[in-house]
Amino acid sequence: MKKYDVVMIGGGHNGLVTACYLQRAGLDVIVLEKNAWVGGAATSRELTPGFLYSNCSYVCSLFRPEIMRDLELPKHGLQVISYEGGAVFTRDGDYLASYRDHDSHRREFARFSKRDAEAYDRYARDVTRQCRFIQPLLMRTAPDPFSFKPRDLQEMLYLARKFGDFSPSEMAATLRFWTMSISDFLDEYFETDVVKAYLALSGIIGTALGPMSPGTAYVLLHHYMGEVDGSVGAWGYARGGMGAVTSALASSFKASGGTIRTGADVAKIMTHRGKATGAVLADGEEVLGKLVVSNADVKRTFLKLVDESALPERFVHRVRHFKMRGSSGKLNIALDSLPEFPALPSGSSCIRGDLHFTDTIERMEKGYDDWKAGRWSADPFVDMMIPTTLDPTMAPPGKHFVSCFVQYCPPKVEGNEWTDADRDAFAETVIRQISDYSPGFRERILHMEVRTPREIEQEVGLTEGNIFQGELTFDQLLFNRPVPGYAQYRSPVRGLYICGSSTHPGGGVMGAPGRNAAAEILRDLRHAPSHMSSAHDVI
Amino acid sequence: MKHLTAFNRAEQGHILTPRLETPFHDRLAALSETNDWYSWAGYKAPHSIFDTELEYFAIRSTSALFDISPMVKYRIRGTDAARYLNRLTVRDVVKLGVNRVHYTAWCDDHGHVLDDGTLFRLGEEDFRLCCQERHLPWLLDSAGGFSVEIDEETAEIAAVALQGPTAFAVLEAAGFAGIEPLKPFQLAEFPHADGSVMISRTGFTGDLGYELFAPANAALGLWDRLWTAGSGFGLKAIGYDALNRARIEAGFIVANADFITAETALRADRERLPDEIGLDWLVDPEKPYFNGRDAILRARAKGTLKHVLVGLEIEGNIPAEGAIVYHRGKKEVGLVTAAIWSPLAKRNIAIATLSRPFGASVTDNLWVEIYAMRELRYQKLMKRARVVPRPFVKLDRRAATPPGRF
Repeated sequence: MKKYDVVMIGGGHNGLVTACYLQRAGLDVIVLEKNAWVGGAATSRELTPGFLYSNCSYVCSLFRPEIMRDLELPKHGLQVISYEGGAVFTRDGDYLASYRDHDSHRREFARFSKRDAEAYDRYARDVTRQCRFIQPLLMRTAPDPFSFKPRDLQEMLYLARKFGDFSPSEMAATLRFWTMSISDFLDEYFETDVVKAYLALSGIIGTALGPMSPGTAYVLLHHYMGEVDGSVGAWGYARGGMGAVTSALASSFKASGGTIRTGADVAKIMTHRGKATGAVLADGEEVLGKLVVSNADVKRTFLKLVDESALPERFVHRVRHFKMRGSSGKLNIALDSLPEFPALPSGSSCIRGDLHFTDTIERMEKGYDDWKAGRWSADPFVDMMIPTTLDPTMAPPGKHFVSCFVQYCPPKVEGNEWTDADRDAFAETVIRQISDYSPGFRERILHMEVRTPREIEQEVGLTEGNIFQGELTFDQLLFNRPVPGYAQYRSPVRGLYICGSSTHPGGGVMGAPGRNAAAEILRDLRHAPSHMSSAHDVI
Repeated sequence: MKHLTAFNRAEQGHILTPRLETPFHDRLAALSETNDWYSWAGYKAPHSIFDTELEYFAIRSTSALFDISPMVKYRIRGTDAARYLNRLTVRDVVKLGVNRVHYTAWCDDHGHVLDDGTLFRLGEEDFRLCCQERHLPWLLDSAGGFSVEIDEETAEIAAVALQGPTAFAVLEAAGFAGIEPLKPFQLAEFPHADGSVMISRTGFTGDLGYELFAPANAALGLWDRLWTAGSGFGLKAIGYDALNRARIEAGFIVANADFITAETALRADRERLPDEIGLDWLVDPEKPYFNGRDAILRARAKGTLKHVLVGLEIEGNIPAEGAIVYHRGKKEVGLVTAAIWSPLAKRNIAIATLSRPFGASVTDNLWVEIYAMRELRYQKLMKRARVVPRPFVKLDRRAATPPGRF
């Protein structure tokens, strides 16, 4: 029976990144994917003829350019296109737009407050300073602060030195930033509700916290440290949808000789005397490997795929208490024509960016209150995008694909499993909100896919439908992600690694966890990672 | 907290004109032969109008009109205005008389310069602060406990600089009676059309010159009045490139060109104390408390100033813009931020920021490395640089009162 060097469980973007790097290092890697397609939460699916849906993740910024280059993804079809601003619609019929042009951006804010208009630069500078601190950490394995291994000491020293470059006031600012709520943070800069609502959104996306919960300022940072071709903080569309990222990865992987098996649902990770030996598929077939790497989240990996009896008690306890907490849902809609927004002047560029309908932080916080009670938000916040305004490949001419990210949406409805009726009612809540700002929206709908945490977990395998494979709160970052002592992509089982977003530096279509995991695996194999670029300089 | 309703919905269409036109734009556009525009804080501004070289000589030989409307302007009024500005800025505002102007700077709590600018005292309780960057949140936050009103009036006030040896003659010919006794840094109101224009004897060229401020709707009339009067005195409209040459000769610095302002610096080590950018002479330790005072005085006492901004004279005739400065030709000690061959001084001059002690106590053996691109080949030059006082060019006509007619 064939024994692979590496068995990769799950063909999400991180799994594919790890697989690519390992295959290119000369290992024989097989990727096992339960679905009939690869991509995990970065997919483009044709669920209705002629339309491609980015049906989970929908925008691209965080994906590390070093990885794109190392794995030759442009050659394999990946293109990322910058997009223009966007707008928040206000209940009184106006909107706050976001423009790429610096002075236009200021003038738009000045329609609401001259002070806020001039405060934006200071805000952007402070957030950028924090980004510059954290960005180099993304592509490095987090050091274990309690280890005396030379490497950990060296990495701790690196961290300390980076921190030491800060002035005392900057250190204070960083500590505050990492622990504050996004609402409190924004209050220090801005006075206008809609400005704050617009900026707060990035602080709670994918997170079961409200804008007033401590720790949400960091989540904002996580969304700010991406880039499109060196333009830090910019977001773009992957041409052809987010599936373009993973299909380029899959193509790159295959070109270097890797094997992908779709429809291969892993039921168990086999272990023998504390060492991983391969995977058992749902139909009982065994796939043997010298090493096993799991792209599944930490709970799915260690609570479902590995026998608990093969794991230390405290480790299992930690995994059990790792916070997933699904908080979002998604509507993917095929539209017959471009929706109209009467509040926007005709020809406005806003329609090519992200559109929101939540104009105060209080409304967001109330939406969170619903989640705490186990309900989806009666007044949800929606991050709506129409990538087909820039990407001609995703819908027939004149028709459009609309991606609606919706928050908050609980993993269970008042403690019960989601039903189809719940799902439809959830969708109706969202469509009703959009229709308030876009009359005729409902009539344009040709097809719609509704995804609650139930559907996301069932199809993609993300526990509780959490898009980050675990919340990005400070207690679950760096050497605490996912479990203290196991933050370096290894596990208590020898030969078993994890490479998904449950690991440092966390979620988003970033690829950094997958890349770092590959680096650690190669280190264990004493294989020089000469084909891996280190992080681009932040200068 | 402000309610979310936009008070200015009518302004939604601003996005259709991301580059605004200044109140003088119609005249500049009509005169422009080069059509060479750039964005100055979101306004269309000319790099040149007809020929940078000749525009420069208009400043130095006849007179030149330069549109400074995009300069950011704040109006500060109220019974505590002087006390407020004294807390805000490093210079003593009590010493600034009514109808006087002074150059000043303001700092954050760490003594790092937020911006430099000119402060106009229009009345006992009425000031205008002009600067490069925008500071409304800073100005408003600093106003706690003071009875002041602060308004941003950049768009409302048109401003134009009239600079050069015939500047006074032009104003006189334009009928601004009583302009003659105006001394440097003094200002006065003069009737114009239905209203008035404020004229100060200030400028950014080190030459005889004035700056005129008027409501935006009076701008074109004011321009025409000057233009007609200037026909006999060689008056030319100019762009920034010509002005920039004159300002380097005068040794003036530009925010975010010769130093990075504290609120825009992404790297903490780019922030500068006044003493590190040649503004130590503005700081008045004798006046009441002002923002940044303790940090500045502590750095002086402890000798922890890290940088110094100096004027350099460089051998040869190739401008050293962007050049690295070396000590003994080896150790990198700083950067040239602005440099030209000075037509007036016939010297190769530069403004540079150096790491102390270089440029401060160690001024010998400084070199600059110039990469001169000549037909697709860099000619690499290592030239000796000498620290020299600024201004590089000192003109008696700048301060002569009464001013000369040419």
